[in-house]
Amino acid sequence: MSLDYIAEQVFNGLASGAYYALLALGLSIIFGTLRVINFAHGAIYMLGAFGAYYGAQLIGLPFWAALILVPLVVGLLSMPVESFALRRLASSDPIYGLLLTFAFTLIIVNVMTLLAGTLGSPYTIPQALSGATNLGFTLYPTYRLFVIAVSLAVCFVAWLVIDRSLLGARIRATIEAPALVRAFGVNTPRLVTITFGVGVAIAALAGVLAAPTTNVLPTMGDDIIIYTFAIVVIGGLGSITGSIIAGFILGLLQAIGAVYYPPIATTLIFIVMVFVIWLRPSGLLGRPDSAR
Amino acid sequence: MNARTVLFALVAVAALILPKVIYPVLAMDILCFALLALALDLLFGFAGLLSFGQAMFLGGSAYTTAILVQNYHLDGALAILAGVLYATVLACVVGAIVVRRSGIYFAMITLAIAQIEYFAAINWSSFTGGENGLPMTTRGTLFGVSVSNDVAFYYVIFVAVAMSFWLVIRLTNSPFGTVLSAIRQNETRAVALGYRVHRYKLAAFVIAGALSGLAGALYALGNRLAGLEMCDWHTSGAVVMMTVLGGSGTIVGPAIGAAVYELLNYFVSSTAIGRETDLVIGIVFAVCILWFRQGIAGGVLSASWRKTST
Repeated sequence: MSLDYIAEQVFNGLASGAYYALLALGLSIIFGTLRVINFAHGAIYMLGAFGAYYGAQLIGLPFWAALILVPLVVGLLSMPVESFALRRLASSDPIYGLLLTFAFTLIIVNVMTLLAGTLGSPYTIPQALSGATNLGFTLYPTYRLFVIAVSLAVCFVAWLVIDRSLLGARIRATIEAPALVRAFGVNTPRLVTITFGVGVAIAALAGVLAAPTTNVLPTMGDDIIIYTFAIVVIGGLGSITGSIIAGFILGLLQAIGAVYYPPIATTLIFIVMVFVIWLRPSGLLGRPDSAR
Repeated sequence: MNARTVLFALVAVAALILPKVIYPVLAMDILCFALLALALDLLFGFAGLLSFGQAMFLGGSAYTTAILVQNYHLDGALAILAGVLYATVLACVVGAIVVRRSGIYFAMITLAIAQIEYFAAINWSSFTGGENGLPMTTRGTLFGVSVSNDVAFYYVIFVAVAMSFWLVIRLTNSPFGTVLSAIRQNETRAVALGYRVHRYKLAAFVIAGALSGLAGALYALGNRLAGLEMCDWHTSGAVVMMTVLGGSGTIVGPAIGAAVYELLNYFVSSTAIGRETDLVIGIVFAVCILWFRQGIAGGVLSASWRKTST
């Protein structure tokens, strides 16, 4: 097995890690502010991909516009769901948020199946990103490099905003003591709604990015949502940095594991999760009491 | 006679006449899912542990039973026992990992671990039949007696499920059940009182796993099929919905929830909407979570309790 081949797998791993990191980031942002694990995150990823597909089919929306518009629209549409449904559960056990979003998943996937059928729809890679780039040791698909770059950029900006800005400080303070932050004159319900919308928009962005690489299918979020759950558990529930790092690392491990034993690709993330819970129950970067 | 006993009696009578009213295999499915939902109720309604991975016990046990009956022509009783044994051993192993956590973590971890078995079943298709599943040409024998008659086998399932309900009622009325409730209400305090909380949680998880395994073995024999969808997380989710819809923590509720879910599924799929029933079930479940969290049995019982207390 040549070193070039391994290096290529490293890039493949980073490319799938790019999707995991985006989804885990969105899930963590939502969990951090709402204490809700959004089961519908995979369904939203699927909606993002369909948004890009239908945008192109119906109004000829170019890929670059879809990259901005689809997450924006999906994020905005999700905000009333937070204000009218999820907020009602704020005082109850977080488990009911998981159950409600599970119900949303069934509804969203079913509606898309009724609209689009169960057969996959192709979506072509934009001209500028098709083809391959010479990395020195190998030719690598340009589009995958683009996905890695976009994901890294979004993760970095999210970390910067949440960890280093005034807005981030307010969001973090809202998690700790919502009543106090409200007393300082911050509109906390609106802050929570917007944060939810941003988390959803990031999942939709992952879906738009995935559209050219896979068949766009109503069930395309079914498996990836469980991987995202495992990654968030590994990274530490509630830790945004942990989610991002775990997303890329697990993407890498999955790709390298598949080199040696292909069937392991589907289960390696879950197996790693079992060991992490065993050795470090709160996850790599989670605080011990962040979520029981 | 209190309201709960009346409700139990009504459900038992309904279950006895069920195969005369509806297609017997559908009736069997309702009973098997009632058993699965009962197992989840022991975990969620009493110990407060929401397992989102019960399908791993259902599916694994179903494959074990189907393989033994179809390929090795083993007697049904032994095959069911082997299925339950598989589920019990699996529950011991998985339980040892997951009881360290509670709440939302518990749900996510059980969901993820169940996927290991699901993908193993896909990869190991020479053994499990992969996407096609493992159809059985015959139900074989049970204690040496042929059980090819659907109605007769329905009553076999009925007896097994009734005994399981009796077991869970006994368990939840015992000191063990009281400790489980204490863990649900305040785990830290249960620890402070000196209970070895992990052991209680593990015991509940293993009992629930064994009951789910029994449900899987009976389901496989009833339908003469073990399939991938039985290990799928959609099945785990369906059982959670049945339990909560029926009323978690009421024991009788999960049986009602299973019947409502399966019948809804059956009737909606025979209408114009076609096979896509998740939309209807998803809406019903969302309404249940938002406004009607006690579920059907919980609502009935608390209403009758209010009436008698005034």
